[in-house]
Amino acid sequence: MNGFALLLVRDLRLALRRPADAAVAVAFFVVGACLFPFGIGSESQLLARIAPGVLWAVALLASLLPLERLFLAEAEDGALDRLALSPHGLMSLVLAKACAQWLVVGLPLLIASPLVALLLNMDVNGYGALLAALLLGTPTLVLIGTVAAALSTGARRGGVLLALLALPLDLPVLIFGAAAVQAALVGDPIGAYLQVLAGLLLGALVLTPIAGAAALKLALE
Amino acid sequence: MSDFIGESLACLRGERPVFAGLDFSVASGGALLLTGANGSGKSSLLRVMAGLLPPTAGQIWWDREDLAREPDAHHARTAYLGHLDAVKAALTPREDLMFWLRYRAPHLNAYSGRIRADEALAWAGLTPLADLPCRVLSAGQRRRLAIARIAFDETADLWLLDEPTTALDANGALLLHDRVALHRARGGMIVAATHQPLHWPDAQTLDLDVLARRRSDAATRGKYFDNVA
Amino acid sequence: MQFLANPARFLRIANALLPWLALITIGLFASGLYYAFLASPPDYQQGDSVRIMYIHVPAAWMALMSYASLAVFALMLLVWKHPLADVLARSAAPIGAGFTLIALVTGSLWGRPTWGTWWAWGDARLTSVLVLFFFYLGHMALTHAFDDATRGARAAAVLALVGVVNLPVVKFSVDWWSTLHQPASISRIGGSAIDPSMLTPLLLMAGAFLGYFLCLLILRARAELARRKLRVLQLLAAERG
Repeated sequence: MNGFALLLVRDLRLALRRPADAAVAVAFFVVGACLFPFGIGSESQLLARIAPGVLWAVALLASLLPLERLFLAEAEDGALDRLALSPHGLMSLVLAKACAQWLVVGLPLLIASPLVALLLNMDVNGYGALLAALLLGTPTLVLIGTVAAALSTGARRGGVLLALLALPLDLPVLIFGAAAVQAALVGDPIGAYLQVLAGLLLGALVLTPIAGAAALKLALE
Repeated sequence: MSDFIGESLACLRGERPVFAGLDFSVASGGALLLTGANGSGKSSLLRVMAGLLPPTAGQIWWDREDLAREPDAHHARTAYLGHLDAVKAALTPREDLMFWLRYRAPHLNAYSGRIRADEALAWAGLTPLADLPCRVLSAGQRRRLAIARIAFDETADLWLLDEPTTALDANGALLLHDRVALHRARGGMIVAATHQPLHWPDAQTLDLDVLARRRSDAATRGKYFDNVA
Repeated sequence: MQFLANPARFLRIANALLPWLALITIGLFASGLYYAFLASPPDYQQGDSVRIMYIHVPAAWMALMSYASLAVFALMLLVWKHPLADVLARSAAPIGAGFTLIALVTGSLWGRPTWGTWWAWGDARLTSVLVLFFFYLGHMALTHAFDDATRGARAAAVLALVGVVNLPVVKFSVDWWSTLHQPASISRIGGSAIDPSMLTPLLLMAGAFLGYFLCLLILRARAELARRKLRVLQLLAAERG
């Protein structure tokens, strides 16, 4: 088995033994989305209208939360040095970490999203678009967040810094992800939006391992 | 026969010069012990040798091949034991060993990896604890586990050990001694930073304190100052 | 580029350039402001409020130019390991952020009489500049987030390059997004057909801003180099005991 798969299995095993870590992100997603009805009022039509944007913005924030520990936990106990000293190279390390992170955090967010949509009174015909857009968009968010996590490893106030770095970079995913759901709600075709999201994902898959490896190299020094 | 040579190496951590004008050389089967007070740069030198930390000045050669040119090849042949043990509390010692041995040696499959891990566990005296989470291990047992990953890693030509005997009991130190002798007999090299005497036969010693005293010569100081300011 | 690698040589050249650069900048500012406020006609629709443009547009250009220079410094640092790149990037980022902030504030002030609101999300250009400002914030925060200053500079350099790749995507997304949410009805400078009487002050002010950027960059880089020299001297004094 290659290094990517070995590391993926190890990270998934670690995550399964501490399921609370992933659960916290999902809980934040649900609770965070529930703040909006409290802040805006219970008028269900207004809630339904802002639901796509709220869902995407809160999912984005929830996906950022657990990223702070992604490389920091490995750096703190000395594992990062040893992960780097292998025949596999840093890019494979970055991709494996991002992949595990998406399975542990992104996928549960995806599964929880219909529940949150229900709480926000979103119309049923947006659910399919929501799931498809999240399926294509959340991996991009995680990949970008992985670069931000590698950059902020070892920094003071790493968590807040990570969010500050990742949020502007995440903007295109938020724009097209929310637009896809909006379009589905008014009955427009969503194919073009999903294509843009897929394009962003492909671009991120090519570029983030390079940037992430460069950032990790700095974290190792 | 390979050789591992560093020439006029300098290292800057933050704005603090750690060492400068450092040379070293290790040949197949050789051992080099780094000694010196805290802050003399033993750990930094090990990281430089591992290719984790690029030196501020100077070159490192492996068989006359510049290290900076082929970092991945060097990473593949180097095993590094830092002062931290990198033991995950939620994994068992067997899972830990299987992961690290196979991560370093891609030719091991699940079966051969497990045999190898069992061998290493028996060596470290951890067989009875093999399937318990690592959080029950003592500091000495964690250190043994960390050493076992390297001691049973056949892909590594170069061992870099940072204070390997920390937290080890007399028996543990003896076990390490045996594996070190075996590694050297196979033609491997070892560089170890240490405070305690290790009594490895024919080991050279590099005293970083001596080097630091030399650096405080006015001449070296002027040269360094030019580079920075 | 390599002949500037020695900080002492850089300082010599920079010190020789600075007075001339300052003189040119002052001259450009004086003539630019004269044309902008006195010698150019008010807009037939917007009246005198169009004069904000002579600050706003050059500031927005400089915001982009500064970010491009950050990316160049990042390449110099990461690829060529140029010893001055760290100093220049660290010095340029806050200046660029300052220009971006000026562009945002003047844009908002201009928006009040033109659109009747301080901030119009529908204007894609202004919204893109806001995102650019966020990039600057991240860059500066990352530069100063590490105890080891070189680590911060190099992490920020990686971020600057990521930003260069990402900025066009953001710009495209925001442009598209603003057309989706608001029909394109509020363009302020109608196309490229700009009157020559307006172009003169605009270009003069742009030149003045560029000169100002270079002066500030030299001053800040000089201060940073002095700070480093001081730290080394302190360390040597401590070593001497």
